[in-house]
Amino acid sequence: MDKFDTLTGIAAPMPMVNIDTDMIIPKQFLKTIKRSGLGVNLFDEMRYDREGNEIADFVLNQPQYREAEILVAGDNFGCGSSREHAPWAIKDFGIRCVIAPSYADIFYNNCFKNGILPIVLPQEQVDLLMKDAEKGSNARMTIDLEAQTVTSSDGDVFSFEVDSFKKHCLMNGLDDIGLTMEKAASIDSFEKQAAEARPWV
Amino acid sequence: MSSPKTLYDKIWDAHVAHEAEDGTCLLYIDRHLVHEVTSPQAFEGLRMTGRTVRAPEKTIAVPDHNVPTTLDRANAATMTEDSRIQVDALDKNAKDFGIHYYPVSDVRQGIVHIVGPEQGWTLPGMTVVCGDSHTATHGAFGALAHGIGTSEVEHVLATQTLIQKKSKNMKVEITGKLRPGVTAKDITMSVIGETGTAGGTGYVIEYCGEAIRDLSMEGRMTVCNMAIEGGARAGLIAPDQKTFDYCMGRPHAPKGAQWEAALTYWKTLFTDEGAHFDKVVTLKGEDIAPSVTWGTSPEDVLPITAKVPAPSDFEGGKVDAVARSLDYMGLKPGTPLSEIEIDTVFIGSCTNGRIEDLRAAAAILKGHKVKDGMRAMVVPGSGLVRAQAEEEGLADIFKEAGFEWRLAGCSMCLAMNPDQLAEGERCASTSNRNFEGRQGYKGRTHLVSPGMAAAAAITGKLTDVREMM
Ligand code: SF4
Repeated sequence: MDKFDTLTGIAAPMPMVNIDTDMIIPKQFLKTIKRSGLGVNLFDEMRYDREGNEIADFVLNQPQYREAEILVAGDNFGCGSSREHAPWAIKDFGIRCVIAPSYADIFYNNCFKNGILPIVLPQEQVDLLMKDAEKGSNARMTIDLEAQTVTSSDGDVFSFEVDSFKKHCLMNGLDDIGLTMEKAASIDSFEKQAAEARPWV
Repeated sequence: MSSPKTLYDKIWDAHVAHEAEDGTCLLYIDRHLVHEVTSPQAFEGLRMTGRTVRAPEKTIAVPDHNVPTTLDRANAATMTEDSRIQVDALDKNAKDFGIHYYPVSDVRQGIVHIVGPEQGWTLPGMTVVCGDSHTATHGAFGALAHGIGTSEVEHVLATQTLIQKKSKNMKVEITGKLRPGVTAKDITMSVIGETGTAGGTGYVIEYCGEAIRDLSMEGRMTVCNMAIEGGARAGLIAPDQKTFDYCMGRPHAPKGAQWEAALTYWKTLFTDEGAHFDKVVTLKGEDIAPSVTWGTSPEDVLPITAKVPAPSDFEGGKVDAVARSLDYMGLKPGTPLSEIEIDTVFIGSCTNGRIEDLRAAAAILKGHKVKDGMRAMVVPGSGLVRAQAEEEGLADIFKEAGFEWRLAGCSMCLAMNPDQLAEGERCASTSNRNFEGRQGYKGRTHLVSPGMAAAAAITGKLTDVREMM
């Protein structure tokens, strides 16, 4: 998993509440064999018309937000199904951090498994950051996971909470597999001993 | 002296590579079986993170869920595009990561849970995983076999371990002898009927008792296959001479001195006298009848001599569930099960797609014809089962009776390939799940043994196989 320590980037404003996983990635894209490649279908039904043409006013279609790496959104982001395709699509588009007042639980956890930092801040602070994001590509925000802060383009600093274990995993790029790999020595020695005890395996 | 251990305890203890303070373990995996549906994202994950398959020599892949079973399947056009992409991805992943692979064109191809034991990949005392819940099948060898999800598939590919906490021990004992016409399928369905689909939740089941010992390896695989339908994490049967005889000479079984060493070890794989089980269920072999499901859960099972129950025969949440089930199944309470007319017969799947199953069905069919207007198909569990059935003349019996004789795959066990039930179609099926839509949108499934399926094909309704013997 990609490490997350600090990120300075463009933030796209999506001032909607209840952005659900069907909006994030509609079900016709679940038959894929990949986790990658879903970025072009991120927010598909909001982003394209029936003919597949871009809808010009959708935020990620606007020139100043095409390179967005941060999403600022309304309450209850990621509600709906448990599909891991939702964080896969967000990540594949290039977004590494979401800022919202709250998240659906499964989505929140899925983010950490996929190298995405979901930040929870009080509504008033999200509102301020939403305004900041609306300034476009010149307004870059900075996320510092170590310090647990978001700094707006004007230099306002907001602190956020995050579970220390999840923070540790994200900062070190560790997923379950990464964590298990930290125990590689145990696996190596088990394998050696097993190969002697049961060589036919 | 150390305290007595169950078979599960012994296999577990022999595979713990690391244990954390909270009891979370890394369980070392001896065999990882892979199929095309649950693996693509896992391989993709390895690529994205620059990881490799830690033990490709312990990883075996075979496409089965999506593949058509018609004789023209070499023609790629028989597959839908989604399916073809998944199968092609498995081809490529197997090649890129250097894992053992049985492509669709290989005579050894078949359902992953039939191919594993057949090729000698599954052996006593091993840990076996696959991204498929019916991995429990391999427990018939006294192997600890778990189904896992896609992220765990990736975890096993990368680390050859699984993060696990130990389950509890449950014993299911089937005493005495089975009556004529009663099979392994009836045992395993009756157990679920007794314990319910959640009765095994949190447990690893060890099946034992005279009726289990008397089963062939094929029958034992049928029993363990459906352990998952009873909610258990895995099902196990202690290995014995039958197990050793089955394994001997298989392509990937040990040979020579290694065989001797393995045998010595395998003979230690049994539950010690006095070992503790957290739950015990006992059934008498002679009480088990040829069984059939009437609803949309594997626990909705009754002897073929019974009648369709009414919702009011149940309690709690099951009342509504049964009403919904009967509506879905188009059945009226009080109807004798043996009067339910069917349209389709499916013999196959990892539950009942082995040679012994085909023999049992052919024995009933011999000299009979499939009732007019019915659709009947036999789908051998592997190319090798198919070849053997042809050699034994079973294929001719099926064909003469009017069955379609197909190529190996999961086929009508699940609606993921072209073999599906039409809306409202009613099927006597030797598979393992009668969920709504499992065999096709609005299709109706009655789970039965191979002999019962053959009997139903002849009469056009659910039939007590004992009347045909
Ligand atoms: S035969 Fe059915 S249960 Fe068995 S692996 Fe295939 S789909 Fe799953």
